[in-house]
Amino acid sequence: MITIEHLTKRYGAQVAVSDVSFTCQPGTVTGFLGPNGAGKSTTMRALVGLADPTSGTATFNGKHYRELPNAGRQVGVLLDAGAQHAGRTGREVLTLSAMVLGVGRERVDEVLGRVGLAGRPAGKRLGNYSLGMRQRLGLATALLGDPQVLVLDEPANGLDPEGIFWMRGLLRGFADRGGTVLLSSHLLHEVEAVADQLVVIAGGRIVAQGSKTELLAGTGGTLVRGPDRALLAKALEAAGIGVSPGPDDALVAAAEALAVGQAVAAAGVVLTELRPAGGGGLEDLFRSLTGSGGGQQVQEVLA
Amino acid sequence: MSTATLEADRPRTGAAPSGPSMLTLTRVELRKSHDTRAGRWLLIVIALAVLAVVAISLFVEDAPKRFTDHFGITQLPISILLPVLGILLVTSEWSQRTAMTTFTLVPRRSRVLVAKVLAATVLAVLGVAVAALAAVVATGLTPVFSDSERDWGISAALVGQVLVVQVVSVLAGVAFGMLLLSSPLAIVLYFVLPTVFTILVSLVSALDWVRDWLDLSTTSMPLFEDGLDGQGWLQFGTSVALWVLLPMVLGWLRIHRSEIA
Repeated sequence: MITIEHLTKRYGAQVAVSDVSFTCQPGTVTGFLGPNGAGKSTTMRALVGLADPTSGTATFNGKHYRELPNAGRQVGVLLDAGAQHAGRTGREVLTLSAMVLGVGRERVDEVLGRVGLAGRPAGKRLGNYSLGMRQRLGLATALLGDPQVLVLDEPANGLDPEGIFWMRGLLRGFADRGGTVLLSSHLLHEVEAVADQLVVIAGGRIVAQGSKTELLAGTGGTLVRGPDRALLAKALEAAGIGVSPGPDDALVAAAEALAVGQAVAAAGVVLTELRPAGGGGLEDLFRSLTGSGGGQQVQEVLA
Repeated sequence: MSTATLEADRPRTGAAPSGPSMLTLTRVELRKSHDTRAGRWLLIVIALAVLAVVAISLFVEDAPKRFTDHFGITQLPISILLPVLGILLVTSEWSQRTAMTTFTLVPRRSRVLVAKVLAATVLAVLGVAVAALAAVVATGLTPVFSDSERDWGISAALVGQVLVVQVVSVLAGVAFGMLLLSSPLAIVLYFVLPTVFTILVSLVSALDWVRDWLDLSTTSMPLFEDGLDGQGWLQFGTSVALWVLLPMVLGWLRIHRSEIA
């Protein structure tokens, strides 16, 4: 379990992370979302002891990362896939880590196979790797020590759609077998499909957190459409449900789908569409949460 | 990528495995010194330089031809080039940004730094051994290429002194690397600073005592000759404190306090 409590990191007068608290439970995937520069990487560096927090704590099962006897055997970390020696081969990078972790050389071949780098790619120097291959190697390094916890900063960066799909399956499987996963992204759709819990950070502060369903429930009502818009609006208002104009000829009702369906059925009005408003899942949530931070940030989150 | 391969990443439960031993960490650092093209080429260049020196001392007629002479002269390329390996042992972690992985796997940074110091020491001893081997070959071949006889005599004190000098010079490289954390900067300053210092203190006669007590190239010269006295060791020690200990302590603190990104 990862526990972050009141974590604050200042660089001089600049506050990079301010009073960040959240926990990641075993068996779950936590998506750590926010625009670039929101404080995701700083939080993760403080979590694994690469940066000292100005105040607050970050622990794994109650222990600071530096107190773990063999950190890599308990926590698999991928913070920057580009931070590797360009002159080493993929296999050599993993062999060095395997020596430190105290796992056998056969484990190197095992993880190389698991991330799809077995064979020729393993013998190539990293200078010839694409960003996607570096990400796969970084993930292999994180998995090498057979940890119970994964901390991954932007692991989908540079992966093709097929690679992103593959990584989701891997992380889901890891969590389903009792592992704890914390992964960050500035892209909503990378995380939305795999995360159980979402933590949204903007400008160094957490602006929203909770389970995916909780966060969805709090958003913009239900979109309804029918052949007769006026009749539909009348039926909903009669049932005491607030109505506002939606996109095109649709309406947005301020109630859940069940209540809306019951109301229109009682009035005998025909429906052609009934679904949560917003369509893009959490996109509207993001628009509202990070919108105040400036238009460019929103673009990044929704890109 | 199939379900079958995913079954393998079952998160493990149970007792936490113990951390890597200092021996393991030192072996890792030694491996890092030669598993890249830059490191391997540097070692090849050092070997070639030793061979070149052997050839010169064999074929140049008036060069002294005893084992102890060959032993002394083959140390020269080692003492110049091996510190670069010591510098790269530290700085490549920053220039290639591998420090992130290194210190994530071993979050207690001092352990990594101790391992680097130990690895550098092993490299220096290996360097002396390789040079000694080259000197053996040179001495063996001496009667073939010249009129001189084979003379195997050497004093244990001299071998010990040379070992000390080589270890100190490689550690000076490590110290400069730790302080500056940049390969080009550390390499240039490692060669330029002591040279400028030597020139300055040699030009001004009022600074003779500085040269005698703080100039490493002056104080280490007698170590290549037999029988260094107590004052010689003291003078060597004070200059080592300035050029090796001081930058290493400052660099150690810097690495401890800095954020790795």
